[in-house]
Amino acid sequence: MKINALNLTEKEYLLPGNRTCPGCALSLAYRHILKALEGQAVVTVPASCLTVLHGMYPVTSVEVPCVNTPFASTAASATGLVAGLKALDRKGLTVVAIAGDGGTHDIGIQALSGAAERQTDFIYICYDNEGYMNTGNQRSSSTPLGAISGTTPILGKQQSQKDMTAIMEAHGIPYVATANASYPLDLYEKIRGAMLIQGTRFIHVFTPCPPGWRFPFNDTVRIGELAVQTGWVVLYEVEHAVFRLSSASKSIAQRGNLRPVREYLAEQGRFQNITEKQINELQERVNARWQRCLARTPDL
Amino acid sequence: MIDKNTPRKADIRILDGNHAAAQGAKLSRIQVVAAYPITPQTPVTEALSEFVEGGELKAQYIAVEGEHSALAVCTSASMVGARTFTATSSHGLAYMHEMLHWTAGARLPVVLACVNRAIGAPWNILNDQQDSISQRDTGWIQIYARNNQEILDSVIQAYRIAETVYVPVMVCYDGYVLSHTEMPVAVPSQEEVDRFLPPYKPHTILDPANPKNYNLVTLANPRVNTEGVLCHGYMELRYLLQEALQNSRETIAKVGREFGEQFGRHYSGMFWEDRLDDADIVIVAMGSLATEAIVAADMLRKEGHKVGVLGLRVFRPFPKSDLVKALKKSRLIVVFDKNISYGSEGATCSEIKSALYGTDVNAVIRDFVVGLGGRDVKARELADAAKRSLPSLKEGVLNTEYPEWICDI
Repeated sequence: MKINALNLTEKEYLLPGNRTCPGCALSLAYRHILKALEGQAVVTVPASCLTVLHGMYPVTSVEVPCVNTPFASTAASATGLVAGLKALDRKGLTVVAIAGDGGTHDIGIQALSGAAERQTDFIYICYDNEGYMNTGNQRSSSTPLGAISGTTPILGKQQSQKDMTAIMEAHGIPYVATANASYPLDLYEKIRGAMLIQGTRFIHVFTPCPPGWRFPFNDTVRIGELAVQTGWVVLYEVEHAVFRLSSASKSIAQRGNLRPVREYLAEQGRFQNITEKQINELQERVNARWQRCLARTPDL
Repeated sequence: MIDKNTPRKADIRILDGNHAAAQGAKLSRIQVVAAYPITPQTPVTEALSEFVEGGELKAQYIAVEGEHSALAVCTSASMVGARTFTATSSHGLAYMHEMLHWTAGARLPVVLACVNRAIGAPWNILNDQQDSISQRDTGWIQIYARNNQEILDSVIQAYRIAETVYVPVMVCYDGYVLSHTEMPVAVPSQEEVDRFLPPYKPHTILDPANPKNYNLVTLANPRVNTEGVLCHGYMELRYLLQEALQNSRETIAKVGREFGEQFGRHYSGMFWEDRLDDADIVIVAMGSLATEAIVAADMLRKEGHKVGVLGLRVFRPFPKSDLVKALKKSRLIVVFDKNISYGSEGATCSEIKSALYGTDVNAVIRDFVVGLGGRDVKARELADAAKRSLPSLKEGVLNTEYPEWICDI
């Protein structure tokens, strides 16, 4: 059965009244991640915006067993949960690690790479808001070229983003996927699909951040859509080395062309000082990735 | 150093310290091991892998990519309810530092074998106790072994202690001096250890039917939950950890006593005493150095000095009141530290001074820093240091600001 807004489970695991900022794409994504997991999961979370979302002791906004862990150790904590459940012969629980881009691309990459190489049986979800947003927007290795942040305050970031999904695919794990909070049903289905696969599964979720990226908080969904329409984000999955475009990215590949990246950049205050040269560089990068994706999709 | 009362059932084997630790962990029926190789701990990880791969030990062995992850794996596995073990040394322990705090803060009964080794720079792979002493404030119980038998016995006891008081335990033993030195070790049978060590009962619940969120952001002050019940703030939780360590002395003593009753090797004290009854000069040392100190005491006794040895076994919690009692008759306390708190003095010496302050023990205390980076410590040097300290008795200078170093400067 194809999941749609009507038949999606009504059960909520993420309760209303959490501490995220207005327009937070993470809470939108997380709501659907937990619905897909149907609560049959143990979640491990490092220091991140998700920690804020989870609330402060003794009150929490989620109805799922959760373990907090230090910043660098998300995937190692997941490894411990998997090992512990296995040692006690407890079946039926999916171990899910959820970290931001700082916790994944930067401080957590060692533990994640190690866990993936050991073929640890868990789902790793990176929600990517392209910076250290929990500490007030500092640059991470996922902050884009030209973006202003707390630590690239005047010139904007001078380097490109790290392609974490490609790095994880290079580990030879059975499943990697990209998703986007603006396409929650696609995200839902990717989580459901990942749950059926054994081994390390990596899902990158694009989560626009209104205060960090400087756009109005009622524009979150639109910014996420624009990211896909311009090819800034490509929605795809790679299951056992088989590449598939999905959702809106698949439709764009079938029916039309990408909109210029400039349109996406113009909507966000963080790119206010970006140079023409940088815009061209970003456009070239987007074009090259799109061509690579098309080349991997011979029959659309 | 096998006790004469060792039960006949035990199997006497020639083991180095690392294999004694691995045997102790195996007999404790550990369920998850995560470790990363570092000299001189590596043979522990190899021995445990062999037990697991050979089917002798039913456990998950996780060959992690670093020590920070090793302890993160143990901590999370412990939350699920598995009995976990890791081992490391030196830089590996330093790399775990953040997780050491986390494990203790989360009140998880992880047991860690620390094979004591110097820390760089410059590189040095040999023994001192700077590594574990540097982690004394992380909330772990620290037990130091004098010989390989004590390593094996302490690992087994560590699980009983940790799982009673919900505080992680670090079993420390000197690199090479013990880790790579073979000695006869009585290895108890699995049945006997099973009788001594009940299965681990976790205080955490990871169950979708009863979802709980562990170690959330916690404010300094108490806060009410959704049922209106006032729950602890961060500071109350920290107090409870301190209280657990303070009270753990009773558990450590009880576990040691019961171990003695069952296995014939007695561990009721927080430290070892050698000829303290009539001693007015007491040498204090920790780990294998305490054994060397006994040889030094023999030498000094022959020369007519009334010398005893106090070998510290438990450094955290520090046994202040017991120590005051044991040092009651002492007039001169000579402390040997295989560590240095730079800009101050050796950690053991500081603890002893702190314990004696305001008591009626008015002994002269002298601190000597020895054996750093594997520098050989001869019994003769210990004896000479004690003799060098004698004039201060007449001078009545109780304290010195800084320790004396036994080296060539």
